[in-house]
Amino acid sequence: MWTWFHRLASPPTFYRLANLLTPWLLALALALLAIGVYGGLYLAPADYQQGDAFRIIYVHVPAAALSLSIYMTMAVAGGIALIWRMKLAEIAVVTAAPIGASFTALALITGMLWGKPTWGAYWVWDARLTSELVLLFLYLGVIGLNQAYSDARTAARACAWLALVGVINVPIVHYSVQWWNSLHQGSTILSIDGIAKPKISGPMLWPLLLTLAGFYLFFGAALLRRMQNEVLLREKNARWVQELFAI
Amino acid sequence: MTKRQKRIYAVAGLVVGVGVAAALGFTAFRKNMMYFYTPSDLIAGDVPVGANLELGGLVEKGSLVRAEGLKIQFSVADCAKAVPVRYEGVVPDLFREGQGVVATGHMGDDHVFVATRILAKHDENYMPPRVAESLKSEDGKHSCAPFKSVAANAG
Repeated sequence: MWTWFHRLASPPTFYRLANLLTPWLLALALALLAIGVYGGLYLAPADYQQGDAFRIIYVHVPAAALSLSIYMTMAVAGGIALIWRMKLAEIAVVTAAPIGASFTALALITGMLWGKPTWGAYWVWDARLTSELVLLFLYLGVIGLNQAYSDARTAARACAWLALVGVINVPIVHYSVQWWNSLHQGSTILSIDGIAKPKISGPMLWPLLLTLAGFYLFFGAALLRRMQNEVLLREKNARWVQELFAI
Repeated sequence: MTKRQKRIYAVAGLVVGVGVAAALGFTAFRKNMMYFYTPSDLIAGDVPVGANLELGGLVEKGSLVRAEGLKIQFSVADCAKAVPVRYEGVVPDLFREGQGVVATGHMGDDHVFVATRILAKHDENYMPPRVAESLKSEDGKHSCAPFKSVAANAG
């Protein structure tokens, strides 16, 4: 098992494997997103009180879920990078950050667009919105820190430490709507009592699950591609890279 | 202890340390993290006197009275108590009896809360109108559970 793990961690093997995997991930992601968006925008009925405004859920919830999942990915990769000094984990930390920042920004923007017609305000400083904004700043911090060092490996390790310090914010974002009074409503899908009694009706739920899966697969494809680029950049003098681009 | 073991302890120590620090900090400042007070807090006097604050609760059924212009009066209730609210201005589309709201304003001398802004607080349930009609409880009210007393929860 460990030999397999070590072989996967070697940059050339990773590069080839990612090359094989990425097109499939991307194709599946686009297919799921297409069906999910069609289901969400055309097939799903309007909500009983929010009308058509609720349909932004099909972008907002996947973006928000990813903003937390990507940070968790970054923190786990950071831990591996710091403890085992694994190059691929270092690369994962620094390449995941811009994707995470993008999805966090998307979650904040779609949330504001949703808040105005339903709540009556684009923004309030409640616990959920504020902690999600802190999450964006954490991502931007990792991106900035990575640029601050000239040595790529030192930079990645500094980013890994920051990712680990900030990981405390992930449960805070998720549980903010339970721990504190907030304007933002509670979780629709990820809640204990929601399993026994669904909080969203079936025709509205399945497109959401499809766009969720589509967003996650897209993240997988985007992360692999970004990691491949970074691997090439860092190993540009290695023989396997030279051979790869030999004419 | 090998170098790797040291690094494992460093990483685990950092995560646990930050977690404990955050838990202590948030427990101490729990009150300040609440976005709104509830009618129970207002009636018990557990709020800063005369200050501008947020009041959250459900618009009580049958309490909404429309006066001339954009003036309205209604009661905001949590699971236990209710407070009358006076407001003049535009309300969100979702504003109606039984709906969750968060009102910004201050307690008037006549024990009526004078609101300067009303926001709607909807819940996490989504369904088509047909389903909502069949599910409606007798009073057609949303759950009062999200409106937790700040004093009772934060000590």
